[in-house]
Amino acid sequence: MRSPDVDGWHRLHPLSPIVRGGRDTITVAFLLLISLLGARGSSSHLIVEIGIGVVPVVLLFVSWLVTRWRIDGDDLRIELGVLRRQSLRFPLSQVQAIDVVRPGLARIFGVAELRLRTAGSSGAVARLAYLTAHEVEPLRVRLLALAEGARKHEVPPEPEAAIEEHVLTTVPTGRLIASILISNVGILAEVVLIGVIVIAIFSPAAAAGVISAGALWIFTTLTLVWRRFNQEYRLSLAEAPDGLRLRSGLIALSAETIRPGRVQAVRMVEPLLWRPLGWCRLEVDLAGKQRSKGEGQAERRPLRTVLPVGSRALAEELLERIVPDRPRVQSPPPRRVLWKSPLRFHMLAWGRSETCVATTSGRIRRVTVWAPLEKVQSLRRVQGPFQRRLRLATVHVDTAGHSVHAAIRDRDVSEADRALAELSELARAERRAKRR
Amino acid sequence: MSVEEAKSENWLRPSPRLLVLRRLEVAALTLVALIVMGIAASIGREAIWLACLGGTLLLGLGMERFASRRYHSWGYAEREDDLLVRRGVMFSRLSVVPYGRMQFIDVSAGPLERSFRLATVRMHTAAAASDARIPGLDRAEAARLRDRLAEVGEAQAAGL
Repeated sequence: MRSPDVDGWHRLHPLSPIVRGGRDTITVAFLLLISLLGARGSSSHLIVEIGIGVVPVVLLFVSWLVTRWRIDGDDLRIELGVLRRQSLRFPLSQVQAIDVVRPGLARIFGVAELRLRTAGSSGAVARLAYLTAHEVEPLRVRLLALAEGARKHEVPPEPEAAIEEHVLTTVPTGRLIASILISNVGILAEVVLIGVIVIAIFSPAAAAGVISAGALWIFTTLTLVWRRFNQEYRLSLAEAPDGLRLRSGLIALSAETIRPGRVQAVRMVEPLLWRPLGWCRLEVDLAGKQRSKGEGQAERRPLRTVLPVGSRALAEELLERIVPDRPRVQSPPPRRVLWKSPLRFHMLAWGRSETCVATTSGRIRRVTVWAPLEKVQSLRRVQGPFQRRLRLATVHVDTAGHSVHAAIRDRDVSEADRALAELSELARAERRAKRR
Repeated sequence: MSVEEAKSENWLRPSPRLLVLRRLEVAALTLVALIVMGIAASIGREAIWLACLGGTLLLGLGMERFASRRYHSWGYAEREDDLLVRRGVMFSRLSVVPYGRMQFIDVSAGPLERSFRLATVRMHTAAAASDARIPGLDRAEAARLRDRLAEVGEAQAAGL
């Protein structure tokens, strides 16, 4: 019934409501168990409690019953809802990335979620939660093949059982832990923990107060650290014909596929404490809305970490794959920028090649952005009052990604004007080359 | 483009009625403030209130100056492959929006704009940051611009 080779309507896995409920399911079951054990004798209470437990289950079952999906030509169609029936249609040619996500509970039940991120202005995400683990992989390959075919208006190539992929890098766990310990989140967590411990040593009574008052804070910080560790644990980047593949996760596993040519911009982040170690972080930005409704914390990022932590040389190697022909030399701004941006003056730089523009900024957190000119949506030249006094201007390079922004900051007016003209000319050439 | 080149472009401006509208807005605001101050001055009968009255008048004149400079800073030029939009007095901005990148164009007119037969044309690209808006266009000009942009946009459309 759920074989992906037959193009009919398919249902999701029957256990998916339970998995989707996640922690809530566990909590409800636990509470129900307690009340069942506790409430002996009074049968009317028992009925009410069972009712409270049963109603959501029935609702979830109904929602599972009315949800179905199929592949219809170049579209993926999903139908759901009882009162407000929705029929969603996702054109596969617009797919930016396909992710396979398996939270802890899903792994126990042997199911996985398939998530398609499309580029529409609404940034819609098609979610198939959940499918049996073994049918997800062929479906993913098939959807990607269809997406390629839909883009080229060709007959989709036959999905091969296993497309060979070439693993580029895997992050060593030791280095990941070290990097998180000296990252901003990590330091925050350490400060909180040390603070609590110090207070506990000097006055245990006060510590209890602090912990109970700041429980939410402490919990949030620890969750942030944990989430980061969990997401980036053994993150490996592989190159396959159908795109870049990212796999990671300790408890919740995720496998993401970024289609070739869908990267809007790449950025390299070098926080202050990482710089002495020569470490950096690489993230790629995809098209799509930053947040869409019904997405959890973990999913609301078109920004994908390609390399959570790595040496500069490794980053260069990966960059070579993601943005070939990127500018090597970056020119510094004029001296008088020291008046306007004394702190980041030493980091400001920009460069361009025929196909790509690169900018660097940030004193404490040095961020280098590469934006392929083929992806440029618009260019802006902005001059503030202080900049006008100093005869400086900033040129912004807008791409469809929402988290990474390339800005050529504080250049001499003539240089900014020239950059604006050259970049719009080059971007036009790139667009034309692509259209042909 | 260099400054000279940018100057040589065939810059078009919003309708002069936009300036009238902006001036009326400033005048209305100043008038209300003046009336409030005038009432206060007639009740208080102190020199400070008269000074406030004068200050309000000066502020109103300054706002008029600013509104008029801001009106004159607006401009747009249709080039072969892209649209240039410039604006801003304090922060001067120049946007280059390629026709091929336009996702959709919307023409809107608020109640005030409508009574002056004006409309605002806004171009949207896939980037949230790109900001190309031309306010206060004559209704006919807005329709012409919309049709022209839609036409060239379709001819040059590029994917993401």
